[in-house]
Amino acid sequence: MRKPATALLAVPGLALAGTLGYPLLLVLGTARHGMAVLGSAAFLAALEHTVGIALAATAGSMALALVFALVLAFAPFRASRTLGRFADTMIALPSFLTVLALTFAYGSAGVVNGALAAWFGHGGPRLDFLYSAWGVILAEITIYMPFVMRPLLAAFEAIDRAQIEIATGLGGGAWVILRRVVLPAAVPALLAGGSLCLLLTLNEFGVVLFIGAKGVITLPLLVYDKAIQEFDYPAACAMAAVNIALALALFAAYRALLTRLMPDAVH
Amino acid sequence: MLFTKLERRAAIGVFLLLFALTYGVPYALILAASLARSWNGVLPSGITLGHFAGILGGADGAALFASVATAAMASLAALVLGVTAALGARDLSRRGRAWADLIFFATSAVPTVSIGLALLVAFSQPPVLLNGTIAIVVLAHALIVFAYAYGGARAGLAQLPDGVEAMAESLGAGRATRLFRVTLPLLMGHLRAALALAIAMSMGELAATAMLYPPGWATLPLRIFALSDRGDVLNAAALTSVLAAMTFALLAALRK
Repeated sequence: MRKPATALLAVPGLALAGTLGYPLLLVLGTARHGMAVLGSAAFLAALEHTVGIALAATAGSMALALVFALVLAFAPFRASRTLGRFADTMIALPSFLTVLALTFAYGSAGVVNGALAAWFGHGGPRLDFLYSAWGVILAEITIYMPFVMRPLLAAFEAIDRAQIEIATGLGGGAWVILRRVVLPAAVPALLAGGSLCLLLTLNEFGVVLFIGAKGVITLPLLVYDKAIQEFDYPAACAMAAVNIALALALFAAYRALLTRLMPDAVH
Repeated sequence: MLFTKLERRAAIGVFLLLFALTYGVPYALILAASLARSWNGVLPSGITLGHFAGILGGADGAALFASVATAAMASLAALVLGVTAALGARDLSRRGRAWADLIFFATSAVPTVSIGLALLVAFSQPPVLLNGTIAIVVLAHALIVFAYAYGGARAGLAQLPDGVEAMAESLGAGRATRLFRVTLPLLMGHLRAALALAIAMSMGELAATAMLYPPGWATLPLRIFALSDRGDVLNAAALTSVLAAMTFALLAALRK
């Protein structure tokens, strides 16, 4: 071990310890005085919403990413590269952008409902899912799909095309080849992308805030409400501690999965 | 070929339909809304650039300035720290490096609301009082984007050609010369990409900022939320389009 390494690590190490480690420890310390909130109906409902929405959004992202990646990889067409890159850039855009976009399409004053009202009158059918848990789930699926599609495309790229040619030559239909050759190769990428998705959806704040659905309060939003609206720091800290523990446990699992599946890459 | 001609057409059809429903139509509409004079019927009517007129003045202009300034300061600080951490981690054993990765990347797994709360709790009491300052917002953003800077530098260092630095050392270059004349220039592509991503993430940050921002330092996402919350969706759409356009331009310019 060369000595300079420790000296170099000391700078960011100490900076992070002082500005993030110490504050997080204080959160844990303050949480001791707010544990009562963890038995409250509001907290339990938020926990249930958070986990349920995260699981549904992750499953949806994985399914959508699988469809998109399969078409982009095995049935490329003229605009597919551009469309693939567009979804890629989504990763850098703020999540509430998607919510606003979906509001214009599927919101109460959006295009779809405008068209329904124009055709059937104001008493007619309406599309009313956006301001509910389903709206949150749809928004999160579109936002986090690229996090699964990226590793999937890389995995499909690595499949030996000759293998597919041979399987086709032996009379295998698309469905058989998908099941026997393509999907098994996609499993590691699907799992890695999916667990990252789960982590990000558990922590999502902007989507839930912007949709503002009554009755859809998730853990991050409840932490914000308790601290900023009610100034109840002990309760906020107790719930934040649960949220952090959940996220870090999932993160550790995700890292372990990555090192098992792709040992040589820098993640 | 995996698909027959018919299957291929069907697959592309499914793709285009799903893409239009999830991305195409919604994003086209947000752009349409930001240019719309009014939107009372099914589609927006009339074209105007009026929603963009206020962008350099008033509350919108202030938000734009706060966002850009916060992102620039936080991302540069995160980049310096991230590069230092990545250089340090490189000299560790394989095991040590895995631990360094785990710890440094874990900063991106902490919910941003909790980072905001933690800073609020820690720096509203002695010894360090930062509550109500711009510094606490910049600090939160730097912590949130740190992992991107570290990840970029780590990936760049891992791909560095073997032995270049050792060669420079054998030619008599000292530590500082090696770092500033050899290592960092070779990393530049990765660092620019990491910086772009960090700035983009910072510009879109909402949760921690909402908990920490002092009066007069509402960033673009907070301003957009305020507009959308009071029903001023056309101006919210225009401001969001500006934010998205800036992000695209930044990524394109720095990722070359």
